[in-house]
Amino acid sequence: MDDDPVFKALADPTRRHLLDRLFERDGRTLTELESELEMTRFGVMKHLRVLEEAGLVNTRREGRAKLHYLNPVPIRLIHDRWIDKYTEHRVAALADLKTELEESA
Amino acid sequence: MTTMTASATQVYSVFVRATPEQLWDAITKPEFTRRYFYGSVFDSTFEAGSKYCGYAADGGEQYVDGEVIEASKPNKLVTSWRALWAEALAAEPYSRVTWEIESAGDGVSKLTVVHDKLDDAPATAESVAGGWSYVLSGMKSVVETGKALDE
Repeated sequence: MDDDPVFKALADPTRRHLLDRLFERDGRTLTELESELEMTRFGVMKHLRVLEEAGLVNTRREGRAKLHYLNPVPIRLIHDRWIDKYTEHRVAALADLKTELEESA
Repeated sequence: MTTMTASATQVYSVFVRATPEQLWDAITKPEFTRRYFYGSVFDSTFEAGSKYCGYAADGGEQYVDGEVIEASKPNKLVTSWRALWAEALAAEPYSRVTWEIESAGDGVSKLTVVHDKLDDAPATAESVAGGWSYVLSGMKSVVETGKALDE
């Protein structure tokens, strides 16, 4: 429910790299993901677990395979909660500046 | 920016401070859906075999065509899904959307949306890929705070 695990998960370059790999092609096995990283299988598993606990990766079983899916919803929530808020402020500030400049012109 | 090939199976999830019954209402009732689902309302009895058609709330255009494949209130709703908001999408075959709702304890429920069977509907896969995040984030906001994202 809370943002901390998401920010922590995103604070690591390897984990961001894993998300980018899933963004390129979703629904991959650990073996597929591992082949693209210079890291032990255990290391990749550990990173995937952090991503899963933060809700950034969903897993589904398909037959014997465990497939990993990118879940962008927590990033969207951060966008809606944090980014929109500050960028809107900036837009409003620019609008104010425009009004002020135009009035003094 | 890397390009993405939208996947034939997409899995989205979100935790919402609500009961499964409240989430079921949020998925099925027009007073909720029109506030987070691009203004859409869904015409259906939400029972297996019923149609599942999404319309613009202001009474016009149909955006989604489908049928309820399986319904188990308040935990599962499976529908076929054909997007009609662009000609290229409408020309593609039906895909499938599954809503799964499970209680996660402490008054929180986990909602998972699986959009699959998109293998022969690549344009639809591409088109819905960003949309589901927007929809689920918006639904969480409406259910938890009573406010839509743009309110």
